[in-house]
Amino acid sequence: MEARELTLRYGTKTAISKISLAILERQVTALIGPSGCGKSTFLRTLNRMNDLIPGTNHTGTILLDSMDIYDRSVDVVDLRRRVGMVFQKSNPFPKSIFENVAYGLRVGGMKDKNELNTRVEKSLRGAALWDEVKDRLNESALGLSGGQQQRLCIARAMAVEPEVLLMDEPASALDPIATAKIEELIHELKAQYTIAIVTHNMQQAARVSDRTAFFYMGELVECGPTEQIFTNPREKRTEDYVTGKFG
Amino acid sequence: MPATHTDKAFEQDLRDLREKLLAMGAKVENLIAQSMKALTERDSPLAEKVVAADKDVNRLEVEIDELCRRILALRQPAASDLRLITTALKIVTDLERIGDLAVNIAERSMDLNQVPPLAPYVDTPRLAELAQQQVKKALDAFVSGDVAKAEEVLQGDDLLDALFLKIFNELLAYMMEDSKNIRRATALMFIAKHLERIGDHAMNVAEMVVYMVRGKDIRHPRSRNLPE
Repeated sequence: MEARELTLRYGTKTAISKISLAILERQVTALIGPSGCGKSTFLRTLNRMNDLIPGTNHTGTILLDSMDIYDRSVDVVDLRRRVGMVFQKSNPFPKSIFENVAYGLRVGGMKDKNELNTRVEKSLRGAALWDEVKDRLNESALGLSGGQQQRLCIARAMAVEPEVLLMDEPASALDPIATAKIEELIHELKAQYTIAIVTHNMQQAARVSDRTAFFYMGELVECGPTEQIFTNPREKRTEDYVTGKFG
Repeated sequence: MPATHTDKAFEQDLRDLREKLLAMGAKVENLIAQSMKALTERDSPLAEKVVAADKDVNRLEVEIDELCRRILALRQPAASDLRLITTALKIVTDLERIGDLAVNIAERSMDLNQVPPLAPYVDTPRLAELAQQQVKKALDAFVSGDVAKAEEVLQGDDLLDALFLKIFNELLAYMMEDSKNIRRATALMFIAKHLERIGDHAMNVAEMVVYMVRGKDIRHPRSRNLPE
């Protein structure tokens, strides 16, 4: 998917300005930058999460398979099924592990028990959680560890088979082992999904992504292959940020 | 004024690294000069000092390696910082090797000083001067991140090679003239070869400086089918 000249304002305040950025298919694109640089705002525009905030308005376009996602004809619920999201804080529903993953499918009208079972197992396997929870699918999701909850949220997002996965700081509240599991998962997921991830942890961006986009003060400063951004960035502001020379 | 790192301790580590490399560079430059002086002035005690001073260079090599490892492990440097560390790790080996070659020259000088000179030393001190200049220029390029200066070093190497070849042929003539000359001529030939090798190490440093500044590895273009 691709943003073209995207500007988004909260009321009169410009949050991001004229961003043109392609999120390439079956690759991981990391969005990095200091707090308030607009990277999360940008991520949220990709499945119109910002619609929920009153007073936002935008110019420019975001294309998903050449369809403008802000077009009147677009069903936002359908858009969010195609472009799923995982948040910083894991937010499982106060339901069983099974029902968390099955939720989106049920909302989408799936009733067949066997089909539901198959899809839930597939998603949990895909999120590398199946072996840890297969014997307690009917227990509350809230009893899982933080890292497991986060992988459950990824399984939930995957259950509806989206094309794009957006991740907003998916591992920032996790310990290093749980973080490593999420990162490993991201590596595996990119075979099937297009992924955009916001992270404050530059090493994480370096580890998991194929391309890195550096945002600063609402602008896209530079986007390129991750290796290039971390060894030889073109822009001085990128260089200063990745070497830790900011403010 | 370039921006400095928010983390002052990191900034200090990088400053220490540059300073140690410079100190090491100054030491090896000095060793080349001293070893040649030991030859031209037939000063064997000075040659012994060169041999002894090499341990400072070796110690600095270990210290610099250790500092680089620490920075890599604790700071996860990126971009120009990462290129500085990788450059440091490479050129420290070249500098240490230059120190060893100066020691070898000093040792050959001690041998030569015990017998009458074969001929006045003219071209060999000139070659030494060129080699030393190349080392100095490469280190200056490193300090100031000066690609133009690094390229001067790369182009300057032909001069050393040409002079080495001239010395080589002259010494060969001495050997053919009288087999009694062979021992001394061989020692001098070793010295000339060491000086020519010092020039090669200076070139390695200069190539790494280009990488450090530009992020482009210019080494071995022919082996990698790159335009030269």
